[in-house]
Amino acid sequence: MTETLTELPEYPMERSRACPFAPPPAVMELGAAAPLSQVRIWDGSTPWLITGYEAARTLFADSRVSVDDTLTGFPHWNEHMLTISTRRPRSVFNSDAEEHTRFRRMLSKPFTFKRVEGLRPTIQKVTDEAIDAILAGPQPADIVSALALPVPTIVISEMLGVPYEDHEFFQEHANAGLARYATAEDTIRGAVSLGGYLADLVQEKMKNPAEDAVSDLAERVTAGEIDVKEASQLASGLLIAGHETTANMIGIGVLALLENPEQADFLRDTDDPKAIANAVEELMRYLSIIQNGQRRIALEDIEIDGVTIKAGEGIIIDLAPANWDAEAFPNPEQLDLSRENAGQELGFGYGRHQCVGQQLARAELQIVFQTLLRRIPTMKLAIPFDEVPFKDDRLAYGVYSLPISW
Amino acid sequence: MKVTVDQSKCVSAGNCVAHAPDIFDQDEDDGTVVLLQSEPAAELHDGVREAAAACPAHVISLSE
Repeated sequence: MTETLTELPEYPMERSRACPFAPPPAVMELGAAAPLSQVRIWDGSTPWLITGYEAARTLFADSRVSVDDTLTGFPHWNEHMLTISTRRPRSVFNSDAEEHTRFRRMLSKPFTFKRVEGLRPTIQKVTDEAIDAILAGPQPADIVSALALPVPTIVISEMLGVPYEDHEFFQEHANAGLARYATAEDTIRGAVSLGGYLADLVQEKMKNPAEDAVSDLAERVTAGEIDVKEASQLASGLLIAGHETTANMIGIGVLALLENPEQADFLRDTDDPKAIANAVEELMRYLSIIQNGQRRIALEDIEIDGVTIKAGEGIIIDLAPANWDAEAFPNPEQLDLSRENAGQELGFGYGRHQCVGQQLARAELQIVFQTLLRRIPTMKLAIPFDEVPFKDDRLAYGVYSLPISW
Repeated sequence: MKVTVDQSKCVSAGNCVAHAPDIFDQDEDDGTVVLLQSEPAAELHDGVREAAAACPAHVISLSE
């Protein structure tokens, strides 16, 4: 007897209004039954949804699992992603194996652990200036517009090598698509202006290189490895991938800390860098903001957990249920900043495509959360919790605004 | 404990340096792993095991 397609659950699923931090209850139910199961997505296809921690980690690192979204059967997020997949040039986002490694290494120089450590004074300064402005301004203040958006934007523009006089233009266009009521046109207009700007900046850096990410890319253009358009796309990818995500973590992270005051006290009071780093990993695990799964496709048959994923079948690795897998993280619904194995969380992914900017993201989050807690120790939510607007409909979860008073 | 790395698979994530900075560094040009010591002292072993587990590309091999 065959199971009809209409019996498979539809993905993605909705979160509970009562528990906005938790992954959707329906996903957690699937995960409780098995580490992977089939779901139906927007185009009627039926990819494998991976919800178990071990299965997710294993498949991320398996070379038979591909990110090539031009392959037939790839489980795209939506129709828009399907449409653009044929127009995007090859890059880290859609290539595997050695081709991917070649692109990846063009981006890595400014994101090394030591380069990022060297950026800490800058990150601290940008954070303090944003908080100075909050304290000098009226109440309530919006954490999203006053802290969560500007800090990562300014830091990434420093890293890319955007000249100071262009920072405002850059911020405006980088954030155009992130506004709550931004239309697709707003996003595209922002992207096109930024694309043009970055192409000009690449050419400028070819003539006058400096120590920054766009200069690194410009060097590759000069060496004939990529063209200006590809360099501009890679720079743009760095910007987009790393800036809304970090901004969202700051916004929803502050909310999680406000809702867990004992945990906030712990983070405010500790001077131990390892404890602070662990606290940020636990916030990454608990919040798992990359919602709706990392999309992949099987290149060959894969045997896993008693199931065979067949070549050509779609795979969706869902970070949130994996990070809330009770077998890996006991009492996953508890935010425990001293959780011993928080460092094993999968918020940055795993395998070759693990987030390029992870060291920078960690440094920013470690600095921003503790600095905010110390400089505004009486901070509280200025609206009822159930009025906080959550980003249910975006690739990355977060809050659109977070009014606080003190 | 003996440590080896397969540099060809490295994706420059840098987690190894975060967990065991005395044993691992990153190349200046492309961030790929540089093994500083192949036989770390006993007090560094925990950090090296954490580094191996945290490497997303399974580049670090340990024989104990």
